[in-house]
Amino acid sequence: MGINPDLVGHIYPAGASYQVGREKIREFATATKASSPAHFDVQAAQALGYADLVAPPTFVIIIAQRADAQLISDPASGIDFSRVVHADQRFTHHRPIVAGDELLAELYVDQIREMGAGAMITTRAEITTVSGEKVATTTSSLLVRAGD
Amino acid sequence: MIKFSSLEKGQVIGSTTVMVNRGDLVRYAGASGDFNPIHYSERFATEVELPSVIAHGMFTMGAVVDLVGAWVGNPGAIVDYQTRFTKPVVVEDPAGSNPSDAEGTAIEVEGKIGALDEEAQTARVDLTVTANGTKVLMKCQAVVQL
Repeated sequence: MGINPDLVGHIYPAGASYQVGREKIREFATATKASSPAHFDVQAAQALGYADLVAPPTFVIIIAQRADAQLISDPASGIDFSRVVHADQRFTHHRPIVAGDELLAELYVDQIREMGAGAMITTRAEITTVSGEKVATTTSSLLVRAGD
Repeated sequence: MIKFSSLEKGQVIGSTTVMVNRGDLVRYAGASGDFNPIHYSERFATEVELPSVIAHGMFTMGAVVDLVGAWVGNPGAIVDYQTRFTKPVVVEDPAGSNPSDAEGTAIEVEGKIGALDEEAQTARVDLTVTANGTKVLMKCQAVVQL
């Protein structure tokens, strides 16, 4: 089954909000070998002007990939997750993410390009606080390799 | 604190090596929620025609940007960060080692000033990222607000 080209322009509304916690920031920072004390020590983060621990630059991928999962698991998309390869990724931060933020992700399907027997799907997640403040925009392209 | 006026295009900001073993991939899977088995199961990875277990592209992207955050002294100053994933980083599981203590695969990173925007007071740092002698990321660029 091929990728459904009618998905271009489709918007997946935000699901449940994501509560950014100190321990998750510490866990993600450790997992990405981040060295800044501002990810681990509240006083160090406050010394840089943050209200609480600041998230590493790619932390928001957690929320963006949850949003992407809606598309991948949508039976209408025709995507086989085991054939998906991450092709590119971009993060634009409108402001830093800190512990205590409660975030929502709305997912836009921006582009689908046929690549031989496979396809490249570009999605964009608009990340906002629950009160509507813009926090980040993430863009990712997934290459869905053709089946055998 | 880095002064915008002190920077020049082409200037090297630093270089580092990130080591990654199988234990690191399990840790990243748990932290990120990305449990694709190509990042922990050799059997599954080879069945889908990969050479072996490979690192999450997002592990590599997440780890190499620390060079930029450390240089500027504030990871929250990175306002834009992008890359293309061109080659997988293969992570082996050498016999006789604890997978969390194995030396792992070396990811080499070098950062250079790629562009300066005086009006916005931003510097674009271009990262060259290689593993096993091959570039694994392309157009890996972090924009820093100074």
